[in-house]
Amino acid sequence: MRMLADTLRRMSKSRSLMFSAGILVSIVIVAIVGPMLSPHDYQQTDFDNLLHAPGRAHMQFFGTDDLGRDLFVRSMLGVQVTIVVAIVASIVSLVIGVAYGAIAGYVGGRVDAVMMRFVDTLYALPFIFFVILLMVAFERNFLLIFVAIGAINWLDMARIVRGQTLSLREREFVDAARLTGVSAARIIFRHIAPNLVGVVIVYVTLTIPQAILVESFLSFLGLGIQEPQTSLGALVDAGVNQMEGASWMLLIPAALLAVILLCFNFLGDAMRDVFDAKDAR
Amino acid sequence: MLRYALLRLLGAIPTLLLVIVLAFLMVHAAPGGPFDDERVLPPETRAALEAAYDLDEPLHQQLLGYLSRLVRGDMGPSYRYRDHTVSELIGNAFPVSLKLGAMAMLLAIVIGVAAGSLAALRRNTLVDRAVMVLAMTGISIPVFVIAPVLVLFLAVNLNWLPAGWSGNEGAARFVLPVVALALPQIAYIARLTRASMIDVLASDFVRTARAQGLGTSAIVRYHALKPAMLPVLSYMGPAIAAILTGSVVVEEIFGIPGLGQFFVRGALNRDYTLVLGIVIFYATLVVLLNLVVDLLYSAIDPRIRRR
Repeated sequence: MRMLADTLRRMSKSRSLMFSAGILVSIVIVAIVGPMLSPHDYQQTDFDNLLHAPGRAHMQFFGTDDLGRDLFVRSMLGVQVTIVVAIVASIVSLVIGVAYGAIAGYVGGRVDAVMMRFVDTLYALPFIFFVILLMVAFERNFLLIFVAIGAINWLDMARIVRGQTLSLREREFVDAARLTGVSAARIIFRHIAPNLVGVVIVYVTLTIPQAILVESFLSFLGLGIQEPQTSLGALVDAGVNQMEGASWMLLIPAALLAVILLCFNFLGDAMRDVFDAKDAR
Repeated sequence: MLRYALLRLLGAIPTLLLVIVLAFLMVHAAPGGPFDDERVLPPETRAALEAAYDLDEPLHQQLLGYLSRLVRGDMGPSYRYRDHTVSELIGNAFPVSLKLGAMAMLLAIVIGVAAGSLAALRRNTLVDRAVMVLAMTGISIPVFVIAPVLVLFLAVNLNWLPAGWSGNEGAARFVLPVVALALPQIAYIARLTRASMIDVLASDFVRTARAQGLGTSAIVRYHALKPAMLPVLSYMGPAIAAILTGSVVVEEIFGIPGLGQFFVRGALNRDYTLVLGIVIFYATLVVLLNLVVDLLYSAIDPRIRRR
């Protein structure tokens, strides 16, 4: 408990952490509440009001797109989708990475060598192309996007968790558990995994922007989220096609995506400083 | 050294095999065949088409057939561009992508190392902070956001540079795509260089050199730069993969007829053979380039080879 309070105190002292977290929370709140307050709907087309520049008319602060849909509501939907996909994908990669890394680290020896060799092999591959292949081969659906993105991003997590597990394995409480006859699976999940929380939190924060990047990359290419649903990547793609006459269609989602990614990266860096503080000094 | 190189080359073979089999099975596990979404074909036409593409044989035979043709450089005909083989399409499109990628990589290394070294030498000054914030921005913002925004401001609004590829000649049309592709890598390399340069500058041999009265620029040039470059060198593998990924987007945005564009078109058209061929080609390229990087690394840093 004191450790938690200590961590929280250090977190609240980190200016860049509080700043980026504050921006992210505000964006998420606006993305959830904004569409509820707006009189417009994300798929309502309005052919009398195409490519309307941002302004106060009709309460369309972000203007409209080439089908007359309200860009504010669509951008906020995009933020929601982007963040949900990223968080779920990060959880997928968290589960795979922690399980894989903890098993490799705990079992050790030849199993560890083979498992980590496999990770090295995967590291060397341009994984995104396999995801695209997967998207081509199967129907595009939400679930597949989560799994595909999670499947790319677990490698770092596996490596870090393995390293931590290797050192935890030698600690007395693990020996004690082993001596009292606790099974290996139970040791891994009940005794080792809880001690990985700090590192895992840091790397999940760093995985989220990577997942956002992959999702928006796929959506940008037209292989991810499909119309009339949308995500920031899909909105940027639509904006590219209209940028000569309607630059706001590109700039608004592009800026939102950039700010969100930047905040997550700063947040991750700051978290690393907070959690690594005892190792660094 | 030669022995080491040969061993590493042999070690790459299982990786490549794994890639090919994985990609092949993924495509073939797909529900529905490549001729399903066209207008309904008479059964005999369909059977003839499937026989022509070997789709009537059992899966392991198809795989063996594909592998044996692959060894001879034959990736079969494209499903969509019916007059061309996949190898032809790759052969035509790759040189453009290669040129683009090589230029971006060169730019990224030169500017990234320079900016990173500068930040390390001016540590904790305004210059350092500025470089690091810019680098974080460069890392965070994806190529498909940077590229269209550059086009909007520099090509559409200011009209300084051409926005597209076709209809433009000369070096100017390379500028925006290469810059867009290089920016994130410049950022990564700058961060890496800064971190390792700070470490190296704090090491004993640098202190000795300084004690002997050597100036900062000479220390960096003759002593610090080479060891500081090692982490950058080991980042070259991921950088190559990232530039390949980025080139897919950049070629799409600028309308460059490179491999990336074919890949996206192939993916959207469900051109199975083409997409499969390009994935295998890309993966082979990345594995081989990683090998080259590893060999370079061990040539520069002999400590590696002894393991």
